[in-house]
Formats: sequence, structure tokens, C-alpha cells
Amino acid sequence: MSAVFLVLSAFLASAVEMVEALTIVLAAGITRGWRSSLLGVGAATGVLAAATAALGPALTLVPISALRLVVGALLLVFGLQWLRKAILRASGLKALHDEEEAFAREVAEARATDGRSRGAIDAYGFTLAFKGVLLEGLEVVFIVLGFGSTQGSIGLAALGAGAAVVLVAAAGVAARAPLARVPENAMKFAVGTMLTTFGIFWATEGAGAGWPEGDAALPVVLAFVLVLSFVLVVLLRRRRLEAAVA
Amino acid sequence: MRRFARFWWDFVVGDDWRIAAGIAVAIGLVALLHHVHVTSWWVLPLAVAALLYASLRRATG
Repeated sequence: MSAVFLVLSAFLASAVEMVEALTIVLAAGITRGWRSSLLGVGAATGVLAAATAALGPALTLVPISALRLVVGALLLVFGLQWLRKAILRASGLKALHDEEEAFAREVAEARATDGRSRGAIDAYGFTLAFKGVLLEGLEVVFIVLGFGSTQGSIGLAALGAGAAVVLVAAAGVAARAPLARVPENAMKFAVGTMLTTFGIFWATEGAGAGWPEGDAALPVVLAFVLVLSFVLVVLLRRRRLEAAVA
Repeated sequence: MRRFARFWWDFVVGDDWRIAAGIAVAIGLVALLHHVHVTSWWVLPLAVAALLYASLRRATG
């Protein structure tokens, strides 16, 4: 059961981040030239691969209880950030993330910036694509290493993340446009829920406490986080409607 | 160096530092209760509910 959660969480988190990275790379490629943008993508991928290769084996040397405590606490704080934003979006108190709008903004900024040099590497295009892939990819590396190391299967988490990268890249090449129809906000809600669930589970175990029924408690924690999130969405929606009427 | 630290702070802690502080206290409580042989698995779920509710209340005024 936890292996399914592991792959699914890594897949969803990676897919969401890669959809955002794709939007930035498309904007850079269309406005500043594909050569510089793809070089930026390659350089960022190299940095992320080096970070994963360096940290992955190092994490396997850390005792599992210490790893679960630190990773669980980090995932919990990190996951609550995602969940908080997702609840605010679902209740209508924060604008939904819109890839078409983000794409238009990036294109406008890239076009407004001078200094394009045809033939040579365009520094702006390279930097835009590099930063986009690096920053979005860093979250994926964090989640893959966190999930994978605490479950003792970095390969399984990397498999989920890798499948998402391939799928999003293929969809991007086919569509040649931002993937605006991907249910990104719902996916972010799901990722926030899963990160929070794993965070609660591992941080509790890392602090020394045990769960009733061991690993079988994981779906119960997930159900708790889901119900809590939906209750908070309903409460916030009601508050928003009451404020609108008053 | 300051920008580097700022980046990691925003990356991990985000908009509301009180959530991170509350989680640290709650994990400490789990360890403490476990140390004195009191069942403590319920602490983090409860802390998450309280911290998330409080943070959302602050965010929405």
C-alpha cells in the first residue's frame, strides 16, 4: 500500500512541477530561441542529476529513525504550505493557478527584455529556462529523496517522478502550448494532502512513537487529512459567502 | 549568503513561519510523551488540524 502511495505522490508532485517548468521553457523558447532555452534545460537537468546523485547515496547512510524524523518534519512543513494554498484556492480566496496566464506573463517579460543576440547563446533565454527547470525540479528532487530514502526505495520514487517528466514532456511536444487543461489545482491539492500525510506518519515514527496497526494506519491518516481539508474548504467558502452578503 | 538562506527559508518554511514553529513544538511533545511512556501518535494529527485552521484564519483576516 505505501509503495503505491510513494509512486503516486512522486508522480503527482513531479507532474505538477513539470507542467509549470514546461510553461516557462515554452515561453523562453518561443520568444528567445530554442537553442538557448534547451541549453538552459540541459544545464538545469545536469545540476539536478548531480544533486540527486550526491545526496541519494549519502541519505542511505543516515539511521532510519533520524531520517524519518528530519524528512517527516520537513515534508510536513512543506506539505502544509501546499495544502494551505490549495485550500485557499479551492475556497475561492486565492486565484487559481492558470498556466495560460503564466505563459502570457513570461512571454511579455521575455519580449520586453533587450539584448537578444541571434546565432549566439541568448543569456536571457538560457537563464529563464535554467531557473525555471532548476527551481521547479528542486522541489521534485526534495520530494523524491525524502519519500524514497525514508521508505528505503529511492528508485521507486524516482520511477514515479521520471514517468511524470516523460509524460509532461511528451504532452508538451505534442501540444506545443502550455498544458492549461491539466487539472493542476486539483493535483496540487492531492500532493499537499499526500505530503502532509507522509509527514505526519514519519515524523511521529521518527520521534519514537508507534502507530496503532503500524503501516496500516497510513490510509487512516490520509483520510483524516482529506476530511480536515474538505471541512476547512467548506468553512472558508461559507465565510466568504457571509462576507459577500454582509 | 543572505539570499541563499532566504531562498531555503522560503522554499521550506514559506508564507507562515508559525506552522513550522508549531510543528517543531508538536514533534518535541511527541518525543516527550513517548519518553514518559504515554501514547503520543495523536499529537501530530491534532497539531496539524489546529495549525492549519489558525493559519487559514490569519490569512483570511
